[in-house]
Amino acid sequence: MTEVARSTTAARSFGVETYESSFGGFEHPRESLPNREIDYAKIYASDDFKELRSSARRFILPMSLLFFLWYLTYVLLAAYARDFMSQRVVGSITVALLLGVLQFVSTIVITVLYLRFARKHLDPRVEAIRKTAGVADK
Amino acid sequence: MSMDFAAAPSTGNAALNTVVFGAFVVITLYVVYRVSSRGSSTADYYAAGGRFSGPQNGIALSGDYLSAASFLGIAGAVAVYGYDGFLYSIGFLVAWLVNLLLMAERVRNIGRFTMGDVLAFRMRQRPVRAASATSTLVISFFYMLAQMAGAGTLVALLLNVHGKTGQAVVIVAVGLIMVFYVLVGGMKGTTWVQIIKATMLLLCVALITVFLLGKFGFSISALLDEAASNNPKGNGILEPGAQYGKNELSKLDFVSLSLALVLGAAGLPHVLMRFYTVPNSREARRSVVWAIGAMTVFYLSTLIIGYGAAALVGSDVIQASTGKENAAAPLLAFEVGGTVLLGIVAAVAFATILAVVAGLTLTASASFAHDVYANIFRRGKADPRAEVRVARLTAVAVGVLSIVGGIMANGQNVAFLVALAFAVAASANLSTLLYSLFWKRFNTSGTLWGMYSGLISSVVLVFFSPVVSGASTSIFKGVDFAWFPLTNPGLVSIPISFICGFLGTILSKEPTDSDKHVEMEVRALTGIGAKGSA
Repeated sequence: MTEVARSTTAARSFGVETYESSFGGFEHPRESLPNREIDYAKIYASDDFKELRSSARRFILPMSLLFFLWYLTYVLLAAYARDFMSQRVVGSITVALLLGVLQFVSTIVITVLYLRFARKHLDPRVEAIRKTAGVADK
Repeated sequence: MSMDFAAAPSTGNAALNTVVFGAFVVITLYVVYRVSSRGSSTADYYAAGGRFSGPQNGIALSGDYLSAASFLGIAGAVAVYGYDGFLYSIGFLVAWLVNLLLMAERVRNIGRFTMGDVLAFRMRQRPVRAASATSTLVISFFYMLAQMAGAGTLVALLLNVHGKTGQAVVIVAVGLIMVFYVLVGGMKGTTWVQIIKATMLLLCVALITVFLLGKFGFSISALLDEAASNNPKGNGILEPGAQYGKNELSKLDFVSLSLALVLGAAGLPHVLMRFYTVPNSREARRSVVWAIGAMTVFYLSTLIIGYGAAALVGSDVIQASTGKENAAAPLLAFEVGGTVLLGIVAAVAFATILAVVAGLTLTASASFAHDVYANIFRRGKADPRAEVRVARLTAVAVGVLSIVGGIMANGQNVAFLVALAFAVAASANLSTLLYSLFWKRFNTSGTLWGMYSGLISSVVLVFFSPVVSGASTSIFKGVDFAWFPLTNPGLVSIPISFICGFLGTILSKEPTDSDKHVEMEVRALTGIGAKGSA
């Protein structure tokens, strides 16, 4: 429970946009930094941001398509290829069971790949952009 | 193996079950009371001030997601139908990749308290928030009704309360405790309830699994053989099709269900809302990673527990018992660990219902107070104190509604409601969230078309399906007004919402709000300007 209080400093750095009424953010006005405009258009047009955006999309979209198609293949096999799925691999373990467990394995592999990708290619770029924009790091 | 085993757990151990469950309630009530800040800020009530860490929130996410249906239902389905029960687990788990890759970090950066925050960001606020709140309330209500109705069955099974009145009293008690968690604890208290419950659940299933594997000399093949020899379907339980393979229609139904499961998780409002309880998007990412880890352990364990129940208890005994399939895990617990383990499993199952319903109540109350009251009625100028007051009142109303609904639905077969909630989430919410995040041209009209078409088509298709009328398992058995053959609408309603969202966008002349779109993209990826946790 000690971790609960840990992020208050981080929290303060988020108060860049001070109280925006539509979000009901009146709770702790004193914790917010002075009102400062963020030039989103400038950040959006910057090369750093364009790189971040395309790099994220290049990983996320194909990977999403991949796991979805892989899952769909598995579902269609389970529904329509019963003979294939019922073959024994070792002892009483069937192809179906093996493919099912492989779905778990692929989920974990994709999770690990994304974590590594994000740490290597996304987080440093985000940090650089935040620094340029004058926003304290997360 | 005799029928004594089926009878024993529902007679001799009710007192012990009650004591273990009572201990859980006392401990969680104490924790909720201790952590409650008693503050009236919206950030505290809705999002625990964003002060949970990724791992904490990840465990809580799995707590929110693993309902009693997952625990008792999947283990039971594996024990009786074998492999087909496992198919659920896979859909439930793979679905989290949608959250990891596409949702969690963006939702954390863009929104603040509700799904409506994200959807309405660059759209016209009032209509989009109204749509988003409608879908949130519908999903929460379906999901909650299924949990509460299950509570009655579980009471009969585990506490030996067989009279309808007695079960009603227990449902009322469950409802009151749950409302107390939400009112006193807000998001912080509810999150701790989830963490405690998820830890108990995971420890419980992991220990039983290790025990089972040990019993069969760590040979999964031996376990499977024993399961097959104690199930009338024999080796059929090691292959797909025992439940869904009957005919072409049932196969198509299975494909439809699978689609709804894999695409639904990322559109569940109570899951999305959890991403606001962490300070930033990196912690949101860690949350999902921890949740995936916890759920991998859980779903693989339920597979072993299901087959283990078939092997040690026998499918016939399970089906002949009071709780039918749902009794598989408790009966197995009694078989391997006697009354004590049964008491623990019973308490965990109860705690699961309690915690999941609390999470749903909080989500429904947040959506009503934040989207409807503060942003539609008060046009974004609500006093935060008043907003929290509205949220608390809504929580009480939702609690009363779920108690009444639970008592009325008690004994009805309403398990389909969970699948329906997933179908609505996959149809109404996922399409619009994805378009909103990744398609610049998407606009207010597209959002409304996408949400309402998905919501209405799912509900209408289920109403005219064999679930409601025309089959031996229908809610209304005597009449037949079913014309839609599938029990799960996903296969049709998901494409409908994507197509309507697309058409609604290109057919309207409303231009994209470029400034807001630019802000949304920058914020989604970098967290600059993201609402933090004051």
